[in-house]
Amino acid sequence: MELKGKKWTIILSPLLALAFGLIVGAIFLIFTKKNPFQVYQLILQGSLGSKYFISETLIKATPLILAGLGLAIGFKGGLFNIGAEGQLLMGAFIAALVGFKVSSLPPLFHITLALGAACLGGALWAALAGWLKAKRGVHEVISTIMLNYIAIYITNYLVRGPFKSGYLPKTPLILSSAKLPLLLPNTRLSIGIVLALTLAYLMYRLLEQTVFGYELKAVGFNSQAAEYAGINQIRMIILTMGLSGALAGLAGGVEILGLHYRFYGQFSPGYGFDSIAVALLGKNNPLGVVFAALLFAAMRTGAMYMQRVMQVSTDIVLILQAAIIFFIAIDFSFKLWTGRRRKTWCLYQRS
Amino acid sequence: MSLSAILILRLTLRKTTPLLLAALGGLFSERVGIANIALEGMMLTGAFFAVIISYFTQNPWLGVLAGMISGMGMSFLLGVASIKFKANQTVTGAAINIMALGITGFLLETIFEKPGNSPIVPKIEIISLPFIKDIPVWGEIISSHHIFVYTSFALVLILHLFFFKTPLGLHMRSVGEHPMAADTMGINVYKMRYLGVSISGILAGLAGASLALGDLSFFAERMTAGRGYIALAALIFGKWTPLGVLGSTLFFGFADALQESLQGIGKINIPSEFFLIIPFILSLIVLAGFVGRARPPASIGVPYEKEEG
Repeated sequence: MELKGKKWTIILSPLLALAFGLIVGAIFLIFTKKNPFQVYQLILQGSLGSKYFISETLIKATPLILAGLGLAIGFKGGLFNIGAEGQLLMGAFIAALVGFKVSSLPPLFHITLALGAACLGGALWAALAGWLKAKRGVHEVISTIMLNYIAIYITNYLVRGPFKSGYLPKTPLILSSAKLPLLLPNTRLSIGIVLALTLAYLMYRLLEQTVFGYELKAVGFNSQAAEYAGINQIRMIILTMGLSGALAGLAGGVEILGLHYRFYGQFSPGYGFDSIAVALLGKNNPLGVVFAALLFAAMRTGAMYMQRVMQVSTDIVLILQAAIIFFIAIDFSFKLWTGRRRKTWCLYQRS
Repeated sequence: MSLSAILILRLTLRKTTPLLLAALGGLFSERVGIANIALEGMMLTGAFFAVIISYFTQNPWLGVLAGMISGMGMSFLLGVASIKFKANQTVTGAAINIMALGITGFLLETIFEKPGNSPIVPKIEIISLPFIKDIPVWGEIISSHHIFVYTSFALVLILHLFFFKTPLGLHMRSVGEHPMAADTMGINVYKMRYLGVSISGILAGLAGASLALGDLSFFAERMTAGRGYIALAALIFGKWTPLGVLGSTLFFGFADALQESLQGIGKINIPSEFFLIIPFILSLIVLAGFVGRARPPASIGVPYEKEEG
């Protein structure tokens, strides 16, 4: 959909946003008498400096890639799904449920079943927002915000009540037949990262080389024209939301089967929210999403090492992320101005 | 039993106040056409700076002022991005919420050299209302709250009159409904939008201050805990009017107070999540048009571009 001559701006503008973000972070650091170069260098070292650090970065990148791909698909289709956190929680919970409830299955089937259930959970949760938009005209931004909180409270209740094991609010451990195999010995890195990268490639193929991908982008580009061209909007909205949610749900499922082995309330440090930034920074392009997810994962991993060495709060990473999104947002609109007519989108309801 | 009913109603007023202030803030922004999902971040920032200034000056009133100013500072980011740069208001709002988490967490840890909570700081004292406090039952419910409670309820009436009875209020509403028509009438659309967004930030900052220096007397990381989003739900459920917002925040405040009281008793076996979930489900139901149709200001989310020449 992008014009050929503008290709460089697709790469340049996220880089500029990153640079501006680093400058904003540096201002905060200088203001609190910390050396920003030292901080950034330690973040780099703590994320890529050893085999262990790299494996931890890849662990954090896995859910960000998956959920980020989901959001990117939604954004491409003109749907601002910001409910990845809720979809991720739903997927994770259902994966854990299948992981410890269903027994005597060979690993391959058990894992497939659990991950499939995670996709389905996330997809249904998102499709609810899709249905509310398509049929009742509720804007997806608002409905997904609300559905995030509903998912947080529902899963909280489930692990506090019916599915509690022991005294703490967490589910029982999943059976070993549901655990994802480790990719590297002596690390916590599972094959989830391979799955995430494979899906990134498949999403690229889906968007660029299938009729569905074409229709999805057509709706996102100009929904009225797409309607005239005979694309069923209601079907596209619900399908796109469902696919978007399936990927977020899968992110949750992979977290449980590959890392935590059980569901508990605070297992996600806001991956669903971070993935919004990932999709935006990656310009909704699968390859871009992979790079953005690696960048954010590296920041989070490296910040923990940096904190141990320098006693600077890891929250500096949030400031960096927010500044990056902010600069992307400003540019985002710029593209809308110059590339095509300003898209009038109306929050809450279709007119 | 009657004692606990009074306590629940007292608690309802206290729980309603931050929601009401934030939702009224949201009202200002959305009535001029700027979607505000950043209420959460503005509240958190307001709470933080209220506590910090109260800590350093030992004067909670200066803290409240700082909370309002810092909320306005955050809203200025939303204003510049969405009015000047015509950025996507949802993306900007999300950025502001993350920024607020980052700034408050980072500065808290830097200033007090430990994460989590700030020390206890001077808070706003509660006031007992003369005469009213002597009325049986009602006096017990209404009197002896902190000033934020009375301010927020007075604001409902003031804003109702402002929006529906004054020229400036009409101008602001018209900018949110049909900016081009408003522009043709000689109303400065950009100025009105900056004004609305700024007041929005001031009120959301005040909401944060009321939480930090009224209900509590310290700052805790992420202490707003989704109240900004509940305020957004209340704004929708209240159908974008001050009186409607009063009703919806009172209802949500009551649900929260009931939940807390029931947990305190520990007898009744309803999970607290059941109450916490209410605002979010109700706002979806209202938006979906199952219970009366909510009609948002027409130009929400759409940047305004003046036609030149």
